[in-house]
Amino acid sequence: MYKYSDFDKKFLAARNAQFRQQVARRIDGSLTEDEFRPLRLMNGLYLQLHAYMLRVAIPYGTLNGAQMRQLAVIADKFDKGYGHFTTRQNIQYNWPKLPDVPDILDALAEVNLHAIQTSGNTIRNVTSDHFAGATAEEVNDPRPLAELIRQWSTDHPEFQFLPRKFKIAITGSAQDRAVTAAHDIGLRLVSRDGVEGVQVIVGGGLGRTPVVGKVIKDFLPKADLLPYLEAVVSVYNLLGRRDNKYKARIKITVNENGLDTYRDLVEARFAELRPLFSGVDQEALAEIEAMFAAPDFADKDTQAFDTAYENDPVFRSWADTNLSAHKAPGYAIVTVSLKAHGQTPGDATSDQMRLLADLAQQYAHDELRISHEQNVILPHVHKSDLPALHAALKSQGLATANIGLISDIIACPGMDYCALATARAIPVAQQIAVRFEELKLEHEVGPLKIKISGCINACGHHHVGHIGILGLDRAGVENYQITLGGDGTQDMVIGERAGPGFAYDEIVDAIERIIRAYLELRETPEETFLEAYRRLGLDPFKAALYPEAARKNAA
Amino acid sequence: MPRPFTPKVITANALLEGDVVYLTTADTWTRQMCQAELIEDEAHAQMRLLDAERQRNQVVGAYLIDVSKGENGPEPTHFREDFRRTGPSNYFHGKQAEVA
Repeated sequence: MYKYSDFDKKFLAARNAQFRQQVARRIDGSLTEDEFRPLRLMNGLYLQLHAYMLRVAIPYGTLNGAQMRQLAVIADKFDKGYGHFTTRQNIQYNWPKLPDVPDILDALAEVNLHAIQTSGNTIRNVTSDHFAGATAEEVNDPRPLAELIRQWSTDHPEFQFLPRKFKIAITGSAQDRAVTAAHDIGLRLVSRDGVEGVQVIVGGGLGRTPVVGKVIKDFLPKADLLPYLEAVVSVYNLLGRRDNKYKARIKITVNENGLDTYRDLVEARFAELRPLFSGVDQEALAEIEAMFAAPDFADKDTQAFDTAYENDPVFRSWADTNLSAHKAPGYAIVTVSLKAHGQTPGDATSDQMRLLADLAQQYAHDELRISHEQNVILPHVHKSDLPALHAALKSQGLATANIGLISDIIACPGMDYCALATARAIPVAQQIAVRFEELKLEHEVGPLKIKISGCINACGHHHVGHIGILGLDRAGVENYQITLGGDGTQDMVIGERAGPGFAYDEIVDAIERIIRAYLELRETPEETFLEAYRRLGLDPFKAALYPEAARKNAA
Repeated sequence: MPRPFTPKVITANALLEGDVVYLTTADTWTRQMCQAELIEDEAHAQMRLLDAERQRNQVVGAYLIDVSKGENGPEPTHFREDFRRTGPSNYFHGKQAEVA
């Protein structure tokens, strides 16, 4: 893992001291809210529906035990004993008070964490594959490059006032778990003739205008990454539309100018920038890479795992759903579900955080990851430790066996917290999870991704949910639109809108009708919902969703 | 005929705590909507909004909301303001917990 240098520590301390002064000046009245607002946003502090909200960056979703433990301390000392993990691998505190925020930032700095550029029209926290460095099928661990990008983009003088926010995601694997095609820039490590490079995707995004990113550079030498990124962002900085907030993202800039024109401009800018990069970035990268060396994996037998797997059906069910293949023999990647049925997706109590920190240190080479799907990953656990790990997780309600299933729902905070929301998202997720738990259908339904956003900005990624739910305000009443067939992986697809929306008290029944239709329509139990949808198209699901319209058409 | 004026209340978030507050007739801020000043006239609403905006070291983002006249004071007409005066639905936090 990356460890802060003296430079990093001094930079962060200076920045936090600066913000402490800014908060003091706001409180004593020397700064107006109009003056203070951009300053607080640069430091991750929002004002939401019921309170301030502090968004803390978890760079590329990687944490160690000490960091997780400090997040728990902050939750207890300054908040209401919990935190909310987000679809951008950050953590949000929902109840901080303005005078406490400088102390929170100092507490974060003690463990090399910060809230810089988690808001505002800047380059945001770089997200990555939550299985990075652990999965067998990756070209390389993308996190050293993610850290390099973090250092380059943090306080980058040219990119503090972009036309709009700017999000970069990077994966090292052909299995895209980082939704790279839905980012302003998506990066995929690729190998060509044994040489490692980067495929650069540009102009993806969700929100009110969902766009699948386009490949602007098929193969970029790794050493050219920063000058190339700088070229892409600086072209956007000039061309991006500052006249209209809804047309300000790079996806619109690329579409309005055309990909080829955009590429030509980037290449011209790149030619100017490339000679200015003397190689310092590559020296920094080499140092970073050394810090991300794989841990020393143990060579032990897996008998404890095999015994538990044979004899304990609860453990077996959890192992079947929550474990993924690891690159080291005898190891597994553990996904800890933050989606216990009826609980808030992505929320963890301080006790849960402390347990996860302990387990990471005891069993997982002191590493944790936060996924964009709002779960926690212990990336390196030896199988022989899994029965003990599972027992410990159970003690804090963290052993739910539902990863990738219908109750493993992404939900944005929605109108329970967010000032921008047009409807609630969390209670819809809670009710869907509880419904299918009561029906005992979850495992029969199999792999299914439901994603819920409480407004058109799509923080809940509803466009790429196999079933997407978008909460809107229709004439003063909450109303939920359903999209079907979305896919957030390497072959990203935007879901199709199924038809008119449903009221708050109708949406769970509507989802159940879709699922029952799928169970009847699938050819075999192995055919997933998404496969069935691709084979059949929207119509049979539409008929199930709107039975009255179907009857009318038949008559 | 001019449209009848929908009664209003002025709301904002407190500067220090960030929680939801409402303007009273005494120019102070209350945590409970039922204690807020019920404004029944358009011109008066605009005046009171200016009064509220002047208190920029106590509150942030003052605005007018539609309300109806309830038995115990103003009641929100839109669900967003109902959530703001209550708190989130997933935990017993915020206003609902403070009043209890």
